[in-house]
Amino acid sequence: MAAVKQTVDHVESLEKYKHGFVTDIEQDFAPKGLNADIVRFISAKKNEPEWMLQWRLDAFERWLAMDEPDWAKVSFPKIDYQDSYYYAAPKAKVGINSLDEVDPDILETYKKLGIPLREQEVLAGVIGSPRYAVDAVFDSVSVVTTFKKELAQVGVIFCSMSEAIREHPELVKKYLGSVVPVSDNYFACLNAAVFSDGSFVYVPPGVRCPMELSTYFRINAENSGQFERTLIIADKGAYVSYLEGCTAPMRDENQLHAAVVELVVLDDAEIKYSTVQNWYPGDPETGKGGIYNFVTKRADCRGDRSKVSWTQVETGSAITWKYPSCVLRGEGSSGEFYSIAITNGRQQADTGTKMIHLGANTRSRIISKGISAGRSSNTYRGLVSAHPKAKGARNFTQCDSLLIGKHCAAHTVPYIEARNGHAKFEHEATTTRLSEDQLFYVMQRGLSQEEAVQLLVNGFVKDVLQELPMEFAVEAQKLVAISLEGSVG
Amino acid sequence: MSMLKVENLHATVDGKKILKGLTLEVPAGEVHAIMGPNGAGKSTLSYVLTGRAGYEVTGGTATLDGEDLLALAPNERAARGVFLSFQYPLEIPGVPALTFIRTALNAQRRARGEDEIAAPAFLKLAREKAAALKIDFEMLKRALNVGFSGGEKKRMEILQMAMLSPRFLILDETDSGLDIDALRIVSEGVNALRSPDRAMLVITHYQRLLDYIKPDRVHVLAGGRIVASGGPELALELEAGGYERYEKAAA
Repeated sequence: MAAVKQTVDHVESLEKYKHGFVTDIEQDFAPKGLNADIVRFISAKKNEPEWMLQWRLDAFERWLAMDEPDWAKVSFPKIDYQDSYYYAAPKAKVGINSLDEVDPDILETYKKLGIPLREQEVLAGVIGSPRYAVDAVFDSVSVVTTFKKELAQVGVIFCSMSEAIREHPELVKKYLGSVVPVSDNYFACLNAAVFSDGSFVYVPPGVRCPMELSTYFRINAENSGQFERTLIIADKGAYVSYLEGCTAPMRDENQLHAAVVELVVLDDAEIKYSTVQNWYPGDPETGKGGIYNFVTKRADCRGDRSKVSWTQVETGSAITWKYPSCVLRGEGSSGEFYSIAITNGRQQADTGTKMIHLGANTRSRIISKGISAGRSSNTYRGLVSAHPKAKGARNFTQCDSLLIGKHCAAHTVPYIEARNGHAKFEHEATTTRLSEDQLFYVMQRGLSQEEAVQLLVNGFVKDVLQELPMEFAVEAQKLVAISLEGSVG
Repeated sequence: MSMLKVENLHATVDGKKILKGLTLEVPAGEVHAIMGPNGAGKSTLSYVLTGRAGYEVTGGTATLDGEDLLALAPNERAARGVFLSFQYPLEIPGVPALTFIRTALNAQRRARGEDEIAAPAFLKLAREKAAALKIDFEMLKRALNVGFSGGEKKRMEILQMAMLSPRFLILDETDSGLDIDALRIVSEGVNALRSPDRAMLVITHYQRLLDYIKPDRVHVLAGGRIVASGGPELALELEAGGYERYEKAAA
């Protein structure tokens, strides 16, 4: 009987990852492997100017001299960087002018994922319902960006990175790599050499972006990595809210996702960056397959009174290595980090944030909720530092971990460095196990076990969920429930 | 016919025999009190009837309106109208009391094939019932039981009971931790739920609660069995004479 139940559970869990399908389309690949010629190939595919190619080649040179970091609390077999494709793109006509020219299979993919790519579909919704513009990135290229014209009317540039390099070189040259330097770390450096596509946003001074911007990343091709690069600039007094979503097919091999996100925030500007990460987590029993998510995200609060808020809901990936950070350079600037990281099955996550207080009277706030279930491992790693000039710096950190079941692990690794006597840092941390008593109490009131877990977990992560834009909060809540299905009993 | 019928019930916890042949009937419309010394099995009886994991039934039967209760999951029993007012209500961080009650009510309604309750109707009902229990409505927007006093938690249990409108109520030591005023308010709340098609099982140590919630029958539980039954006067007799002679009888 036990074996039968195991099989049933296993089959159910296979169906749990709802985005695991593959789109069968003709694709262009770079030859497998990585060398300077591949870097040239990618640059040429994208019709990049010479300065961009030189930037990439320089990054590649530096990457060759670097070692893969091993300090994170994750373990995985050595990655063979020569056994992967660094460029995969749907075969398409050059210069797509309207959606009708996009491969219908790709449109179908996004439809299945529930991402509206036709502006009229968004517009056809209920009057007054929130609208958001989408940049859809499929493997290595951006296939379409919606609402560009409407955004251009207020001066907001929202396009793919490739397009920005061609159309807005002055902005790209000025800001690319200015937050995450080329040789910042091993994965960021690899990204600089081979980055494919991603989104570019520029919000001019004083403009409040009239709608939510979002990018939807989809890995489709086999044996390929995704190396997107996103750059968002909020000029003086500007405001933008940006969301990022990610999914991938279920595949037996591990796929590498090494992205870089740079945010530049000038005086009195604000960027709100939300992520709902749902990459394929690998097989929950064997741990086979799944995405290696090695991402560098950093915001530079260059301007006085500038503000950045990172909100992330991390449910997918076999391995997560990710620390969205804020460099609080401007006087009175502030950074926030709200995170829900869920690991189930055999997933490993090492995630957290860095708040670097450089300017006076800078403030930061960290709320991290880690949930571990199955045989997973979930680590919060964070750094809060105040430099000598950061007088009056303040930080509040709260790290809560929830354990579901008996075979999972939660770790909290906070680093705190105050180099002046006028900084005030607070750190609170709790670790609790989802209690049998609570579960029974809720079930006695009429909820099934799954519903009870869902209710308790949603209560646990509420402080973070309420930071997400409304429509994403609902999605995230569902995602939390799906990620933890079958985690008790 | 009796609403609740328990026959020769045996149950163990961690391999230890706690209930040893308990037999009990509670007809619709009646309130029965279960009294007994510490460790007699009072709380175990409430957990066995509501299906808590770890309380293993090793013999006997328990039916509600003729349906086998023991075969049902805790939430299925709840949907059929079994409600337990906990001796120590649990804290549910991050879940406002109103959300909690509405989620529970709708889960029960779905299980019974009924429509979910509409938000305005729910809020109206909640305001009404909260007022009757002298609970500040604002408190219902706070996470359930988090930072509530013992008395507030007990009142919250009665509020849930009033909102969920169960058919068979088990009150486990509802008087513990209550001062006289709170005891009166809680008892009034319970009495308001007395009706010809409801039955209640009131588990208590002391006669005090029974001054407020008048039982039709009183049972003495000792050594895992009902060793004596009688009218309300039995409770008074226990108050005067203690449990000693029943404990001896059970042993």
